[in-house]
Amino acid sequence: MEYDQPRTLFEKIWQSHVVREQAGEPALLYVDLHLVHEVTSPQAFDGLRIADRSVRRTDLTVAVMDHNTPTWDLSLPVKDPIAKQQLDALEKNCDEFGVELYDRFSPLQGIVHIIAPEQGRTQPGKIIVCGDSHTSTHGAFGAFALGIGTSEVEHVLATQTLRQKKPLTMEINIDGQAPTGVSAKDIILGIIGRIGVAGAAGHVIEYTGQAITDLSMEGRMTVCNMSIEAGARAGMVAPDQTTFDYIRGRSHAPKDSEFQNATEQWSRLRSDPGSVYDARVTIEAKDLEPFITWGTNPGMVIPVTDKIPNPNNAIDETEKESWERALRYMDLKPDIPITDVSIDRVFIGSCTNARIEDIRAAATVAKGKKVNDQVYAMVVPGSVAVKEQAENEGLDRILIEAGFDWRVAGCSMCLGMNPDILQPKERCASTSNRNFEGRQGKGGRTHLVSPQMAAAAAIEGKFVDIRDW
Amino acid sequence: MEPFIKHTGLVAPMDRANVDTDQIIPKQFLKRIERTGYGQFLFNDWRFKEDGSLNPEFELNKNRYKGASILAAGSNFGSGSSREHAPWALMDYGFRCIIAPSFADIFYNNCFQNGILPIIAPDNIVVDIINKSRSTSNYKLNVDLKNLKAWDQDEDIVFQFKLDEFRRNSLMNGLDDIGITMQHESDISNFEKTRHKHGGVLRD
Ligand code: SF4
Repeated sequence: MEYDQPRTLFEKIWQSHVVREQAGEPALLYVDLHLVHEVTSPQAFDGLRIADRSVRRTDLTVAVMDHNTPTWDLSLPVKDPIAKQQLDALEKNCDEFGVELYDRFSPLQGIVHIIAPEQGRTQPGKIIVCGDSHTSTHGAFGAFALGIGTSEVEHVLATQTLRQKKPLTMEINIDGQAPTGVSAKDIILGIIGRIGVAGAAGHVIEYTGQAITDLSMEGRMTVCNMSIEAGARAGMVAPDQTTFDYIRGRSHAPKDSEFQNATEQWSRLRSDPGSVYDARVTIEAKDLEPFITWGTNPGMVIPVTDKIPNPNNAIDETEKESWERALRYMDLKPDIPITDVSIDRVFIGSCTNARIEDIRAAATVAKGKKVNDQVYAMVVPGSVAVKEQAENEGLDRILIEAGFDWRVAGCSMCLGMNPDILQPKERCASTSNRNFEGRQGKGGRTHLVSPQMAAAAAIEGKFVDIRDW
Repeated sequence: MEPFIKHTGLVAPMDRANVDTDQIIPKQFLKRIERTGYGQFLFNDWRFKEDGSLNPEFELNKNRYKGASILAAGSNFGSGSSREHAPWALMDYGFRCIIAPSFADIFYNNCFQNGILPIIAPDNIVVDIINKSRSTSNYKLNVDLKNLKAWDQDEDIVFQFKLDEFRRNSLMNGLDDIGITMQHESDISNFEKTRHKHGGVLRD
């Protein structure tokens, strides 16, 4: 087909996946990769069973146990009987429907959004879905990757397609070079602080600008991961040499001449000059700083140099009330510097920040230092592969010597479905993506930060500006 | 799925913006492998105090909202996690309709899969509904999906809402999306046969 209009990256992917389109109906899109995990899939497999349906494309479907697997000694049994029931159900379902599964002992196990890129399954131009909102992570490769609900999981299992209303597009341009001490996590926290938790609702974000293209694939994944925290349907970055270099040689990547062909195709996956987005935001990279969330959603965020906001400065009654409620929940006083706030726990992990670069960043900060006596700090690598690589580089030794707990891979305290949870009132510096009430444990208080900031906070026992550290 | 054509129900207010799915159904209840039985855990951490007793401050615990089937809520309702357990819990508790100025995308989609109607209404209308549900006892709304219209008992608040034809039709007929898609089996197989042609970016 010839297109006379310049098209955005998103439109190119969308148009090449439409199976059927009728006015007044959401389009039917073909799915190239379907990732499955234990929490959002049992009811979907049950639905198939009841209707006597099969999995249409087992070759495009892969499952992993990650959300409630214990992240300590693998030789111990799963103590929680209900978690065990869910893990067993996934195993049984995969067996019955012929879906490849990485169970908790697999050398390929890890958080679903970390292992798919690691294996080279995540590729530019694909439509990737998973019953998990942080599927947006895979957009870092120039894929259209989106989270879906369990009924949609069942729909994709049965038909390999997804019904979607076409989203709008939004360009977020991070112009110029990011200052030292400002990580990918700070870029995305800064974006959410600027546009708000519903700022990109109904839109697919394309991140552009030097501060984005300068990022490694790990960093781009961190940014795209939290697109959902700005309300976006998905986030994406156009593929470039950084992307191709990351994919080359991975187990599911195209080989030899096929790889050559693929990169030629992938190189065309960029927004044409003059293509039109429904919305545009520009942020000057030089204005970004290390950020910390102070409240109970990721939009409640301030630079480390700032003070806790005062509800009297809220723009309206609704905001005032939500700030007051957040301050009460977080047990914080307005107008005090965030660097005066001390912490009890540190969690370095999750699909936002548990890739090898994140572990390296934490180890660099922790080297030769000791975790504060008041703090319990843990590092949970995102996958078995990340864990092994970190161990090969000796990062585990550095972290353990500094007093960090070094765990096996999984989601762990990102959502506290496994035994790692915050106790009521405990305050945690966390590299994960959600600071919602009770997310990391009922009554627990979460502050989202970068791995560098989390590691430094572990050592000081309170928040510090990584730039003066 | 139970068809949704017309519904009249008691309105309960939830006057907060950005209510996330971690609040609607906290993660400790996601380990079940069924679709039912989540209503008892709806808004668990807000509904119950630390000792497990009912929190009398929380709106849904007030006697006057017992049996409510319509929830009027603040903007960006259902943000965060994609968990479909959120609409399952709302449905199981008895909600058939949620009215808010805006919804998070995944949650909005998930509602339709379970026969819940999410209505997007202008801010001022939602505020009026919330206020009236507080000031008027036994405050009810009527929702007519066929005519895309809602009104309250004394016809003080009357408004039209929008919904795409496909969603409206599926809800009204209680149709299951998978069944509909399977009628297009030939489109899917044809697409699969020519997959490599679609920009050539779909190969594994
Ligand atoms: S690490 Fe956290 S956000 Fe990521 S998939 Fe696991 S639970 Fe979800």
